[in-house]
Order: sequence, then structure tokens, then C-alpha cells
Amino acid sequence: MPRGLLGIEELERAEIEAILERAKAFQPGHNQPFAKLDTLRGRLIVNLFFEASTRTRTSFEIAAKRLGADAVSITAAGSSLAKGESLVDTLNTLAAMRPDAIVIRHAASGAPHFLARHLPIPIINAGDGTHEHPTQALLDARTILDHRPTLEGLRVAIIGDIAHSRVARSNIFLLSKFQADIVLCGPAPLAPPELASIAPGVRITYDMREAIREADVIMMLRVQLERQQEAAFPAGEYFQFYGLRLEHLELARPDAIVMHPGPINRGREISSEVADSQRSVILNQVENGVAVRMAVLERILGSSCRSSSSATVA
Amino acid sequence: MPKLLIRNGRVMDPASGYDAVADVLIKSGLIVRIGPNLHATGAVAFDASGLVVAPGFLDLHTHLREPGFEHAETIESGTRAAAAGGFTAVCAMPNTNPVNDDAALTRYILEQAERFAVTQVFPVGAITENSEGERLAAIGSMKAAGAVAVSDDGRPVMNARLMRRAMEFARAFDLPVIEHCEDLNLSAGGDMHEGETSARLGLRGIPSAAEDVMVARDLLLAESTGARLHIAHVSSARSLAMIAQAKARGLPVTCEVTPHHLALCDADLAGYDSHRKMKPPLRSSADREALSEGIAAGVVDAIATDHAPHPGSEKMQEFEKCPFGVIGLETALAVALRVLVHSGRISLMRLIELFTTGPARVLGLNRGRLEPGAAADLTLFDPELVWTYDVNRSLSKSKNSPFDGWTFRGAAVATVVKGRIVWRRSAERG
Repeated sequence: MPRGLLGIEELERAEIEAILERAKAFQPGHNQPFAKLDTLRGRLIVNLFFEASTRTRTSFEIAAKRLGADAVSITAAGSSLAKGESLVDTLNTLAAMRPDAIVIRHAASGAPHFLARHLPIPIINAGDGTHEHPTQALLDARTILDHRPTLEGLRVAIIGDIAHSRVARSNIFLLSKFQADIVLCGPAPLAPPELASIAPGVRITYDMREAIREADVIMMLRVQLERQQEAAFPAGEYFQFYGLRLEHLELARPDAIVMHPGPINRGREISSEVADSQRSVILNQVENGVAVRMAVLERILGSSCRSSSSATVA
Repeated sequence: MPKLLIRNGRVMDPASGYDAVADVLIKSGLIVRIGPNLHATGAVAFDASGLVVAPGFLDLHTHLREPGFEHAETIESGTRAAAAGGFTAVCAMPNTNPVNDDAALTRYILEQAERFAVTQVFPVGAITENSEGERLAAIGSMKAAGAVAVSDDGRPVMNARLMRRAMEFARAFDLPVIEHCEDLNLSAGGDMHEGETSARLGLRGIPSAAEDVMVARDLLLAESTGARLHIAHVSSARSLAMIAQAKARGLPVTCEVTPHHLALCDADLAGYDSHRKMKPPLRSSADREALSEGIAAGVVDAIATDHAPHPGSEKMQEFEKCPFGVIGLETALAVALRVLVHSGRISLMRLIELFTTGPARVLGLNRGRLEPGAAADLTLFDPELVWTYDVNRSLSKSKNSPFDGWTFRGAAVATVVKGRIVWRRSAERG
């Protein structure tokens, strides 16, 4: 892997396959009780979270620690980030700490790319604005592969606020590399037609039943009210037209799985019955978060020399 | 002031069609004679062999940032950069602090220019007070003080009724109205052109329609008021087509295109490079091609830079936080040569027209000609000189150029303002 992980779009399919295969070795059950490894002993990983996160931040921390690395998490609340420090100043401060990798979550699309351009340290994107969330797509793929022999040719419905979803983009880029048949569905302003051209094999429908028909995988997205500039759909109509309910599952393939990157809004995009049903693999996704992030960290830091630790800002 | 004899250049004058190797004799700031083998005792000679000698270039769209934003640019630094790009005159956009919305400000800018500028400076006044779009600015007094046009550039007049009044008023003073066409509701929150690339990058889009609906509105208002309307930095194919139709109907409408919209498109933003963020945004490759075609077809009247300096710290932020705008005075000629002339789309004479008589006509100014008696504003350039732009050596105070590191063929070599050589390319600039 080249330095860091900024997005799925630029990854080779073989690279993705290698990460997914390696992640299997880190899944619970394969290595029980979990023995702490020393692959990354002495390495410093800084988790820089400008946006609130529970799942992603903790799983990056656990992944780093299980590999023997030192992990420091800096979150916006209570840090100088909240005091209005600019990204470039944060960047210089970080360079002085000489970490071996920086994991960043930021509300602005392209913020990790900005860091990558100015720091000769591997940058791992833990979600940037409405752009990408590459490790989420990798853990989603790992989860699908725990239930299906291959990603090849699967019919995947991605439903909800596609326009504002970094999870959707990363999943589209990933699944498209495996020739999946991807159907996007959501209220029209949240599923603009340009999205169909960002990768091969993507189409858009505004009819949820059509999206789900014969689907192998149903990925529900969180309605991100905080990212919307104005009400893009009539209030109160969302669940009626784009909320996943039990009766929808009858249209999908009998063994279809339901996914959600969390945190879920019960009763808004997904009914409680579906979220808690046998079809739901939402908790498997969380479990796979650690395994996949271990595979990513190992790949980026495992074999590389420590030359990056003397890095300074260009 | 001694006489200046510019010898053996290829003298090209779009106004007369003159195109020959000749000498130009200048005395007391005026062109005295043009012709082969001129002799003038006591004249300082400038060997222009291999160079094109053209009328002085005029930029319709420069942000000099003074007063108020001197950390980004000043009248002095901005006009030095202009001279280094071959410009002998620039129009100073009014979005300074305070906004140039009354005669006192217009006079202040002209006084500062008199003291510090190396090129001529033509102030553009605001359309509304403080460019707030609420009340008409003192358009008549600004004209009397020296303003050559009015514009609320960057803060377009959203109220159509007020825009109508502004056009009526400007028409009475025979002032062109320069409009930055952007429907602020449609563009709100956007950071780049809305299309496949914005969808891919997760950046909020500015649809072409934000420009098109405003162009449509203003063309209709110009038609009903009879005002001279100049559409700034056209970026969308649809807008250009509407302007072409309006011109075909005989409306007094003109337009300009920037070098960056000719050379780049939205796909070039894939690396989130804030030096490619401006308004209107870089549009699709189809739009970019349409602009070049519009120039070849004669729809476009001028190439203008929209030189918009922002200090490095402002562009060193998350893409969505970075201000809009790029600098362009030093690269305009080189980019235009590359996209339009070396590619075979238009002739060198047509290119010169786009920098001289074209913009002069937009403003109704009698300049941009090479003829005895005319002011000796000349641009000397080498259309073949190969050089690489290093923005760190820019004469602008700001370095926000999308063309840093680009290698070009063709560059300004010397700039003459009122008979004085105000800038010469030094050997080490390449």
C-alpha cells in the first residue's frame, strides 16, 4: 500500500482483497482469547477526531493497541481544535509529535488530502465530510463476505441520504470494483443523478421497492440532518417512503442481509423490527471494524521503515 | 523624457490590421511614427527583434485589494504583476474595504494609482451602496470622478427591480454595467461546479443554472432598458449561447472569459487544490471547450484575468473554508497563447484583439491602437519563449495561482506605459 489510506476510489482491487483476507485472521474466534501482538511495537498512531465518533475512534484505538502500537486520541471537544486552532497549525503541532501515522476524521471533504499534501506521514482517512470513509467500506465488505462467498455480481441496494454520505461513496467505489450491481435510492434531492456516473454499475431509483427487489444486500444510511442546508424532503415523509420495514424484506432475496453503518435512527430510516431481526448484521459490522482496521494499520505500518518519524512539514 | 525607438519588432495592430516588421518611435509619451528603418537622433533604442509589438493590454477584471486588504495586494504590487504580464492598464474592481461606491473613493484610488501604480488604473464603481444590493450607489458622481463602469462583482444584485433601476441609471451616464452572474440562492454553500466530480469528491456543487438564470435575467433587463451590459467571466456553455443570441439580436451586450476557465475544468479539482477554487467555478470540460469555441466564433469580446489575490494562509485551509479566487495577471497571455493560438484555434492578431481593442470597446475607451498621436502604451511579447511559471517569484503579494510550475510557450518581455518601459523580463526569469 502506498502511504496512508485516503480513499477507496484510488485503491486497486487486489489491495482491497489483500486487506479483506488479512482481516479474517483478526476476527474474533480465530484468535481467542485475543493475544496482543507486537507487530507495531514502538509505533505512535495519533487519532485526530474533529467530529464526534464512538465506533470508529474506539475501534481504531483497539486495533492499534492489539497490534502493540501506542495510540493517542485527540478529539475536538476539550482540545485546542475546539479553541479555533486552524488545521494547518494542528498539522504543524502534529508533525512535531512525530507520529508514524495519523488517523483523521474531519467534517470537511478533502481534509485528509490536505494533511497528506503537507505531511510526509501516512494519513488514514476515518471519514472526511461527505467524501469517503474507506475503512467503513472495507468492514462492510468483510461483513458481506462473512455471509456470501464473493462480492462479485451481488445486487446491493444503498438507501437513504446518498448525497451526504461518505459511507455510500466508499461502498460504491469498492463494490463497483467487484462488478456489483448497485442501486441507489433516496429522496431525489439526496440522490442526485450525477452519483450514477461516479463508478461503473451504478443506477438510481426513487422507488424503494424497486431498489430492494432481488437485493442480496440492503445498506441503510443514516439521515444526516446536520449536513443538510435546508429541508431536502418534506418533513414527516421520510419513513413512509424511504424507511426500511419488515414488509420490504419480502421483496429481497430470501437470504438478503441488512446493514447500517450506525448510529441508527430507529423509526426514521429503519424500523426496530428490522434492526433487531435475523437479517440484520449491524453488530457484525461493528465487530469487523476492529479486524479490518488492524489489517489496514498493519499494511500501512507493518513493513515500512521508520523514516517517516523524522518527518517535518514540507 | 528621452525619445524611445522600439526597433525591428513585428508590429501588430488589430484596429488597423497592420502587421509588419517595423520600428515605433515614441516621444513625450505618445507614438510619433510607425514604419520601417526609422531614425531618431538621441532616442534610446530597444531591440525588439523576434518580439511582437502590440498595443498595451487592458485587463477588465483585476482585484487590487486596496484600500482595505493590503496584506493580499496593493495598487503598487498588483500593477507590478500586471506589467509583468504585459498589461499596461487594469480595471480595479470595487470590492475593497471600504467598497468603491462614491466619488471620494474613486478619487482616492486614482490618487493612489498616480503615486504608486506602474500601469494605468481604471476604477470600477459599485452598483449599490457597499455592494449590499439595497440602494443605488452614487453612480453619476463616480463616473465624473473617473469610474469607467459599475459592478457589484462578487455580490451580484439579486433584486431584479433594483438591477433594472441601475441599468436605467447607468445607461443615462453611458456607463457599462458589469455583472458577475450568480443566483446566490442557487449557489449557496457550493464550493465547486455541480457535476460528476463534485459528486465524486463530496463537495457541494454550484450548478451552471446559478450562472445561467442570472445571465438570462440580465439580458432581458438589458434589452428592456437599453443598457450596455458586460457579462464578467462567463464559464458556462449555456450562458455563452444566450449571450451569442442576444448579440445576434443586436443588443449592446459584451462578455469576457478568463484564462483559467479556458485551461482548466472541474475534473482538475480531484486533489482538492484550493488554488483551483474560484467563482464562477471551473466547469465541465464541455463548458471549457465551448468557451474556446466562443472565442473562435467571435462571441467573446475580451480575455480578462479576474486576478483575485488571497494570502497563503487563507488558502491553507480545508477546501470548503478557502476563499474563492486565483491570481492571473502574470500568466494570462501565456495561458491564452497555449489554449488558443498554439492550438491553432485563433490567429495571433485575434488574440491581441482580445487583450486590447476588445476590452477597450467594452468600456467605450479610445485606446488599444497603434497610431501616431496615440498614447504610447505598448506590450512587447515573445510568442515562442519557453518559460516556467514560479509563483514564489510573482510580483503579486499573493501566490494563489493554479499555474505554478506550468511550462509555457510565449511570454511578455517588456511593457511600455506612456512611453516609459515600466517592466522588462530579466534573463533569469527564463
